[in-house]
Amino acid sequence: MLSGTPQLTRRDLLAMIGTLAGSAAMYQAMTTLGFAQESPYKGPLKLDGDPKGASVLILGAGLSGMVSAYELSKAGYRVQILEYRKKAGGRCWSLRGGDKYTELGGFEQECKFDKGLYLNPGPWRIPYHHHAVLDYCKRLGVRLEAFVQVNHNAYLHSAKAFGGKPQRFRQINSDFNGHVAELLSKVTRQGGLDQAVSKEDREKLLEALQSWGALDGNYAYAAGDRSSERRGFEIDPGGGQMPVPKPSQPIGLSDIVQSGLWSSLSIGNLYEYQTTMFQPIGGMDMIAQAFEREVGNLIHYNAKITEIDQDDNGVTVRYEDAQKGGEAQTATADWCICTVPFSVLSQVKTKVSSDMQAAIDNLPYAASIKVGLQFKRRFWEEDEHIYGGITFTDLPNTLISYPSTDYQSSGKGVLLGAYSWEAWAYEFTSLPPEERIKKALEYGAQIHPQYNDEFDNGMAVGWHRVPWTLGCYGEWTEEKRREHYRAASAIDGRIAMAGEHISYIPAWMEGALLSGLDATGRLHQRVVNG
Amino acid sequence: MNRITISAAAAAIAVFTTVPAFPQSSDSTGFGAATKIEAKDGAGIYASLCQGCHMPDGVGAVGAGKYPALAKNENLEAGAYPVFMVVSGQKAMPPLGSYLDDEQVAAVVTYIRTNFDNNYTDAVSTEDVQAARP
Repeated sequence: MLSGTPQLTRRDLLAMIGTLAGSAAMYQAMTTLGFAQESPYKGPLKLDGDPKGASVLILGAGLSGMVSAYELSKAGYRVQILEYRKKAGGRCWSLRGGDKYTELGGFEQECKFDKGLYLNPGPWRIPYHHHAVLDYCKRLGVRLEAFVQVNHNAYLHSAKAFGGKPQRFRQINSDFNGHVAELLSKVTRQGGLDQAVSKEDREKLLEALQSWGALDGNYAYAAGDRSSERRGFEIDPGGGQMPVPKPSQPIGLSDIVQSGLWSSLSIGNLYEYQTTMFQPIGGMDMIAQAFEREVGNLIHYNAKITEIDQDDNGVTVRYEDAQKGGEAQTATADWCICTVPFSVLSQVKTKVSSDMQAAIDNLPYAASIKVGLQFKRRFWEEDEHIYGGITFTDLPNTLISYPSTDYQSSGKGVLLGAYSWEAWAYEFTSLPPEERIKKALEYGAQIHPQYNDEFDNGMAVGWHRVPWTLGCYGEWTEEKRREHYRAASAIDGRIAMAGEHISYIPAWMEGALLSGLDATGRLHQRVVNG
Repeated sequence: MNRITISAAAAAIAVFTTVPAFPQSSDSTGFGAATKIEAKDGAGIYASLCQGCHMPDGVGAVGAGKYPALAKNENLEAGAYPVFMVVSGQKAMPPLGSYLDDEQVAAVVTYIRTNFDNNYTDAVSTEDVQAARP
């Protein structure tokens, strides 16, 4: 292929160079936004010194609230937690068969998944460098299994490329790398890099390009064993008198470039999504349940906070029954860790500094939706040999994620059939749940026609309609962070904020845990140092 | 709960403006580009964006916090206020200005101000919207 560099336009080349720069540029962009940071977690919190009977009221029994309660009560504090829901966990949440979920507006769904199957509407995977999450899982006995992010046999799909036919990741990946390696080796051999690369380095570079891109002896990316060992064979090697193996034909450079499918190739290279990723066996809320086992006796459920007051002596929080309303009740403590999302807290009368109030009022919460689809059989495994991992598409469902567990089981299976952001998330959220499911089916069937026969039932969660968060996560921009983050993360009188929104790892459980631990540590210093 | 595809894709688009890098898809039933609301008329924009929170009849909703009802809402009397809220957001209301062009903001604000038992008939103009953009 490509030995004469057929129909390579300037536009093609620009696009490819763009992609080579892409992962680095993308990474830089994400780092600026606060993503992709290594967790600075350095092991279990040590709270030395006597809290002398001090009390802490924690608002919210999500991960940041529960980790704070866990550490503070171990250190000798008197701790109580107020939680709006009937259960703990916040956004660390799994939906299983028999669960009923009523979103804002009164739209009800009853989950009909088979036993053992679930959807994680919130967090669903754990990077290997989210040390706090992993450490608490270990300490609290949460069993983990590998979460498959990158699957070379899953698909890349564009409605506008290859006639809408999904392409295997391994083929696009191999062919893209192969063509780029061939082009670069050609430039190198023609002397195009003589200014930039020394003679000794050029030889090594050529060797490297040949190896990286699976080029043949003539530095060409061509049909043959070398390329097929990456992209797969037309006839796979077999045994005995089975058909003779036959290499497959790479897709041409222009088709690859024009397809746009390369835009999803680097996702698994991002620090946040690199192998190994994990998930708790049985659903993400195993983590919430583990914390609840430790601190559940401290939680007052069904408490809707209506006012947060403080003075020199302590904190007073008024709340009412979240179901029945009625008379306000009061909880008091010396200190308060407030993990209520700012989308909700901005509507609660709160006595804090004007800087803190400005932060609370100016952090928008992102739109996001997830749709879980149960199918009567695991056709992605049985028909298409896709075991875990993610198919990416430019359709509004954006991806299909296959379960990273129970491979080859004969029963039903639940796919994540849509995970959308931005305008698509608003559009999905605006539909009734059953319509969201229909849309996810309509899009997914363009990739897996089996959807039409095998669909069983589904669940759809739009985060702006989740009653206890009113949104997915605190969406900091660089500008907002500059303006408000310092105030938001400061101890304001006797109140400290915590949660994923008070972290540089927004939307991740690690951010929630580190924020809780950091607030706890600083509060403790304040207490023991008088 | 992290924004894998759009962050990556958006970053890629931002970096490579010389090429139409990421194919924008559309379908037959209303969803358009990833970062633009497809509907153009006020009712359509309301149905595909606003009613996610403010609900189909503009009645709002109450949970741990609330989404205010737009029905019979006196805060809509001065058109500049809903224009500002749609464009820039505040508290639980996210900024939506990037998903809508000036005509769309004017159309949906006018729709809200003349429906749901509101009757503020002085139409909002695209100039009003431009003035509200940060």
